[in-house]
Amino acid sequence: MIERALAGRRGYRAWIAALAALVALGALAYARQLEGGLGITGMSRDVSWGLYVAQFTFLVGVAASAVIVVLPYAVHGVKEFARLALLGEMLAIAAVSMCLLFIFVDMGQPARILNVLLYPTPRSPMFWDMVVLSGYLGLNAVIAKASLDAERRAQPAPAWVRPLVLLSIPWAVSIHTVTAFLYSGLAARPFWMTALLAPRFLASAFASGPALLILVLLVLRRLTRFDAGAAAIGRLATIATYALATSVFFLLVELFTALYGNIPEHVSHFRYLYLGLPGGRTLVPWSWAAVLLAALALALLLAPSARRREGVLALACVSIFASIWIEKGLGMIVTGFVPSPLGRVARYVPTAPEILIALGIYGAGLLILTVLTRTALSVRGELA
Amino acid sequence: MRDGPRIAAGLALFLGLALAPVWQRAASGRAAPAEPVVARPATRCVASRDVMRASHMRLLDAWRDKVVRTGRRAAEDADGRPLAASLTGTCLGCHDNKKEFCDRCHEQLVVKPVCWSCHPEKAEKS
Amino acid sequence: MIESERPERRLFLKLAGLGALGLSARRILGGAAGGDARRWAMVVDPSRCRWDDGCNGCIRACHAAHNVPSVPDPRHEVKWVWKEKFADVFADQEAPHVAESLARHPILTLCNHCDDPPCARVCPTKATFRRDDGIVAMDPHRCIGCRYCVAACPYGSRSFNWVDPKPYLARLDPGFPARTKGVVEKCTFCVERVDEGRPPVCVEGCPEKALLFGDLNDPRSPVREVLRARYALRRRPGLGTRPAVYYLV
Repeated sequence: MIERALAGRRGYRAWIAALAALVALGALAYARQLEGGLGITGMSRDVSWGLYVAQFTFLVGVAASAVIVVLPYAVHGVKEFARLALLGEMLAIAAVSMCLLFIFVDMGQPARILNVLLYPTPRSPMFWDMVVLSGYLGLNAVIAKASLDAERRAQPAPAWVRPLVLLSIPWAVSIHTVTAFLYSGLAARPFWMTALLAPRFLASAFASGPALLILVLLVLRRLTRFDAGAAAIGRLATIATYALATSVFFLLVELFTALYGNIPEHVSHFRYLYLGLPGGRTLVPWSWAAVLLAALALALLLAPSARRREGVLALACVSIFASIWIEKGLGMIVTGFVPSPLGRVARYVPTAPEILIALGIYGAGLLILTVLTRTALSVRGELA
Repeated sequence: MRDGPRIAAGLALFLGLALAPVWQRAASGRAAPAEPVVARPATRCVASRDVMRASHMRLLDAWRDKVVRTGRRAAEDADGRPLAASLTGTCLGCHDNKKEFCDRCHEQLVVKPVCWSCHPEKAEKS
Repeated sequence: MIESERPERRLFLKLAGLGALGLSARRILGGAAGGDARRWAMVVDPSRCRWDDGCNGCIRACHAAHNVPSVPDPRHEVKWVWKEKFADVFADQEAPHVAESLARHPILTLCNHCDDPPCARVCPTKATFRRDDGIVAMDPHRCIGCRYCVAACPYGSRSFNWVDPKPYLARLDPGFPARTKGVVEKCTFCVERVDEGRPPVCVEGCPEKALLFGDLNDPRSPVREVLRARYALRRRPGLGTRPAVYYLV
């Protein structure tokens, strides 16, 4: 079936070639990192997790958001999502693949990564993270393959697919919860040690994921004959709106507890994000940009008439995605390390090789998404 | 099978290429790997030469886990006398010339142990 | 599946399974097995530390004996023991009027070898683990370099090898291994010496005897004697890590 993704018009082939080039560049940069060590990134003794872990954290959210489409359809019979469920799963596959790649490139000794499975450590959230992420990837791959096979044969999917689909619903919630647990159990890092971290992650995931899915559907509507329908897109937009509002509310709640409680080691991290600390102001403009983008998205989406206009909707979705990408993909991880346990404000700026590797992984994810989507649309006869 | 002869020819070519190292070794006339050189006459050995040849890698792994993970540093030599389970102290104490001892076999067999990325090649004489 | 017709065999298999589950639950729950009755600890006396003439005896002894590199880029620094200001080490004891003798003396900072170490709790491969005698050990062969332990340590005690350390070793002590890039390292309480009944090199390398080392479970050990006589702080005790490094005030 995959061979359907290899043929196409010039524009499509150019897109594939561009992504492949991006992946190749990333691979070359990674070869340099393997040779010279993780020191070629911007990470340091004080800020020991950076861009890679942050992208992984953000993308786990996107992967989990497939549940937003699967749950209404599989459990509540929301018919508008019938034709979207498969695409949601494919987005999840692409996102989880990127997550695993980002974890891999962050390892100091990647050749030893199987030690996590050879010496299982149930007390370590990272062990569980590897288990649930790999399981989620496998689950979605099996479901997508079986569903697509069935569509190709114009038959209903085999009976064993439904229990797997139902399983993927709590599993999706679990992957982002376990990821939040990586951080929220560390007494050493007061910025992360909040019970609200997992709910925050899920809320922002359920805003950014559907926003991305809407954008993908709008693109597909223009480039192919696949039209998800105004009702489906409208529902996704509604979900994203409420999720974004919840996510913003959670941030405000965090700010109250930290600022009103006024415990210095809690306040300092929020100060670093929004006002800067002596020696560290890099994230301040980004943090405020995220706030403004979220406000813009909410303003655009809270009026139902605006939601229905494609241009406005696209702008709102880009704003949501960008805002949450900044919040999780830039601001969440580094801020946990600044200030350090000994009070130091370290500067973290990703280096060029680090950015190239990250872009290469995004290229790989987009490549996976493109190939899977094109295969699915081709099977359905809905290519242009 | 219309293409029988072509398939057979292809298979033969493949086998020839795949087994090239075997033909090359036979043609070059060199028989077994060069013998590793022990710099000093052996006074104590951990185990016999044949046993060590076959299993020194497993022994080192076992010593590593025993010492690092359980703190038990005692081992025995071939005569039952006590010995320190230490790559750096015990093994490299006698076999301190990596090129003449370790590399002799490893290079010929294209084995690349990672031990030396951390354990220094020459041990202190203690 | 072999159907067992004899109820005794079935019962035996069930009990064996439950027993195995019980044993593994013990490991999973992380109970400290009572293998070694000793509990190693260190007492630091900052008032004895000869900071005004730049004495670094402890640090030089440790880093030389363990092949710890001197990486010039501060971002990639690797250090097992080092000195910090009192106000930074004891930020949770923040007070505006601290006795000058304490406020100005450098505080030797190292791994605290906690009783309940968060680093060992989070390590996905048990590359860092707590021994029965209290030492939090490192297995650099198993470390995958994920740096979760670095994130979990509340004391900033751990260093990651961002680059290959060997070019930055002024002298490689051939009696001890070095490390490779991509693994984490930290103070080990000189476990290789402690296992042979010798004190850590920093303790021996201090000309002012500012460092004491001993068994907390032995009421006659030097650490217990000094703790009976004087009050000592530990770093961030409210976090429940139960550190084993005490600082006399």
